[in-house]
Amino acid sequence: MDDKLTQQKFDYLLRLGDNALILSQQLSQLCGKGPALEEDMALTNVALDLLGQTRLWFSYAAELENAGRDEDDIAFLRDAHDFKNCLLVEQPNGNYADTMMRQFFFDSWHYFQLLELTKCSDPRIVEVAQKSVKEVTYHLRRSGDLIVRLGDGTADSHAKTQAAADKLWMYTGEMFTYDAVDQAMLAAGIAPPSDVLRQAFLEHVAEIFAEATLTMPAPDAWMQKGGKQGTHTEHLGFILAEMQFLQRAYPGAEW
Amino acid sequence: MNAAAGAAALDAAQVWAWLGDVPDPEIPVISVVDLGIVRAVDVVSSEECIVTITPTYSGCPAMQVIADAVTDALRSHGVARVTLVNQLAPAWTTDWMSEAGKAKLKGYGIAPPQQQVIDISGLGRGTAGGVKRQPMPKLDVICPNCGSTHTQLTSQFGSTPCKALYKCMACREPFDYFKCH
Repeated sequence: MDDKLTQQKFDYLLRLGDNALILSQQLSQLCGKGPALEEDMALTNVALDLLGQTRLWFSYAAELENAGRDEDDIAFLRDAHDFKNCLLVEQPNGNYADTMMRQFFFDSWHYFQLLELTKCSDPRIVEVAQKSVKEVTYHLRRSGDLIVRLGDGTADSHAKTQAAADKLWMYTGEMFTYDAVDQAMLAAGIAPPSDVLRQAFLEHVAEIFAEATLTMPAPDAWMQKGGKQGTHTEHLGFILAEMQFLQRAYPGAEW
Repeated sequence: MNAAAGAAALDAAQVWAWLGDVPDPEIPVISVVDLGIVRAVDVVSSEECIVTITPTYSGCPAMQVIADAVTDALRSHGVARVTLVNQLAPAWTTDWMSEAGKAKLKGYGIAPPQQQVIDISGLGRGTAGGVKRQPMPKLDVICPNCGSTHTQLTSQFGSTPCKALYKCMACREPFDYFKCH
C-alpha cells in the first residue's frame, strides 16, 4: 500500500469499523443483563448490526491494504494504540442512563455520517453506507425515544440521564475534529464537511434534549480527543483483553 | 451434441424453482426466494451455476446458513459447481418480499411488513435546515391472530433484528412484526 491516499482511506475505514466494533463489544457485554427482556434483546440486536457493519468496513480495508490480512486479523490482532475508535464508544456501560446516552450521542453522529457517506465518491463506501444507514435509523429512533422517556421520566431517571449527558458530552467533540486523514478524505469527496455533520448532530441532540427536559451541555465546551489517533482511555485495554482473548489463546479461530 | 443437450437440462427457471424450496433458517415457512434474498441465477453450463444473494441485515447470523443451504440444495439436484456471489447494492429491502411470502408469514403468526421501504431520511434535516424528530410512523399493524388493527408497539427489536414486538389490544396476544427495511 504505497499510495498515500490509499493509506489514508484505509485509516478512515479503520476508524469507521473500530467505532462500530468497540461499541458492539460493549453492548454485547450486557447480553442477559438488560433491565427488561425487550431492552436486553434490543441491545444485542444493535450490537449485532454494528458487528456486521464492522465486518463490511474491515473487509474493504483489508482489500485496500492487500497485505494478506483479513477482517479477523484486523479485529483481533491489533493492540490498543492501533485502534482508531473515538473515545466515546470505549466509555464504560455504567448505569442504564450512561449506556443509553453513549448510544444516543453515537447514533446521532453515526446516522448523519452514514447518510452523508451514501453520497460520497467511493462506490464501495456508498454500498456499505446505504446498507448500514437503514439499520442505524432504527438505532437512532430507539435511543432518541429512550432518552426522552428517561429524561422526562421520574426525578431519579431525570437526574441520572442528565448526569450521563454531562459526563459524556466531552467525548462528542472528537467526532467533528478533523485531522490529516479526515481532511484528505474530505478533499477526495468521501468524508462530509465537519461543520455540516456537527450542525446536524447539534440540532438533533438539542431537539431530543428539549423534549426530554434535559439541559444540553454547551456546544463549545472543552472536548477530549485522541482516540482517532490511537491515544485511548484506560478502558480500551480491558475491552480488548476480553474481546481478543479467544483469538490470542486459539490463533486462527474464526468468527 | 451431447454436451449441448445436457446444458439444456439445467435452466434458470428450474434453479429458481429449486431455490423456492430452500427455507429461511429462522422462519422456515418462507423460502429464501420469498424473502428476496436471491437476486440472480446465471446458468453457466449443465453442471455449473452462479447464484447472487443479498444479505438482509449486515450482521444477520443466518446468512452463512442460507449460503450453505442454497449450495447444498443445488448440489442435491446434481449441480456440481455452485458459486455464490454476495451483492450488497442495492441494499436488501422488505419491498422485495413476495406476496406469497407475506401471506405465509401471516399464517405463521408474524405480521408482514405493511409499508414500503423504511424512510432513512425520516430523522434527517427537515424543513428550513432544521432537524425534526419523527417518532415511529403510526402503523395499523394487523394482529395475525385476530385481525384487529388495535395493536401497539412494545419494542422496535424482537427476537431477530428484522422483527419488532407488538401486542394486540383486542385479543391481548403478543406477536412479532416483520418491520419495514
